[in-house]
Amino acid sequence: MQDNLYIVIVGCGRLGSDLANRLSREGHLVVVIDHDESAFGNLSHEFSGFRVEGDATQLAVLNKAKLKKSDLVFAVTHEDNMNLMVAQVAHKIFNVPRVLARVFDPRRTQAYKHLGIETVCPTTVAAELFLKTVANYEASKKGNKS
Amino acid sequence: MKVLIVGGGNTLYFVCRNFIAKGYRITVINRNHDECVKLARNLNITVIHGDGSESRILQEAGANGADVLLAITPNDQDNLVICQLAALQFGVPRTVALANDPDNAEVFKKLGVSAFSTTQIIGNLIEQKASLEQITNLIPVGEGRVNITEIVLSSDFPIAGKFLKEIELPDNALVAVVIRRNQPIIPRGHNRLMPGDRIVLITLPENHGTVLKVLTGQNE
Repeated sequence: MQDNLYIVIVGCGRLGSDLANRLSREGHLVVVIDHDESAFGNLSHEFSGFRVEGDATQLAVLNKAKLKKSDLVFAVTHEDNMNLMVAQVAHKIFNVPRVLARVFDPRRTQAYKHLGIETVCPTTVAAELFLKTVANYEASKKGNKS
Repeated sequence: MKVLIVGGGNTLYFVCRNFIAKGYRITVINRNHDECVKLARNLNITVIHGDGSESRILQEAGANGADVLLAITPNDQDNLVICQLAALQFGVPRTVALANDPDNAEVFKKLGVSAFSTTQIIGNLIEQKASLEQITNLIPVGEGRVNITEIVLSSDFPIAGKFLKEIELPDNALVAVVIRRNQPIIPRGHNRLMPGDRIVLITLPENHGTVLKVLTGQNE
């Protein structure tokens, strides 16, 4: 495959390992970073990427994962501040072209929009899905009546 | 001055005591309930229990009116985000983050947050202090960017008895004061440096070692 990407995923929990397994299966070169070695147990047998054990707030660890060469970085640990720091370092110091951070606290996501950091907030995403269900239901009710 | 400090431990305790003595108004944010109770009991400060990177907690601690925020938790990611949120959401004019990993001092500066590393400061101090027994005092000022050093001129120094203008110091270094028999002298080129003089030097951490070598003839 000629268009496979170099992707670094920080955090090997449920989301991180799922992303890593799928992207690796699709043929991308994936590196997963986690400070807890046992988290790598979440990776499937098919995962053919690399594992880096360490604290991603340390430059030394990010260097080991060769962030400079990466096309994409996903910061998906369970800690908002960790994700926000890793995303900024990847974006502004390693000049990674595309960086995305998971941030649970919606107020923090707003603040970081100003700094040019792209975030995904699971709370907001879930809330929107629920509200959409309400809207759809309302629409269908109206449709039935008319 | 209204100072907001996020963190805990001995450093926080003694920093608070120091600031109280200077008459600053201090609010501390700490995540540990027991430590909060202890701090509130022992110091005349406002203590807020909670996560300093939550807007709600920062607001409760009065971030809106704070002049300075200091983030000195043991987690670099928290210190960075706390400083950024305080500046972005509450307009705190000065924020300073502790970089536990010395590499992060430079990282934080690149991300627009003032930072310091105690490891770096202490490391430099020990290196410089241990290097020469004639150094009687060394004070870093300007966040460690400038050193003020006091050394006692010994007769085996190559500069002993020389005129100040004969001594070739590197750029950005200055013999600021000479104290001779308890008399401070602001030296000019025609002043001689004599054994027994106490010399107060202004140097930068970069040229500190070179300056000392010129004056004392000794290697670091």
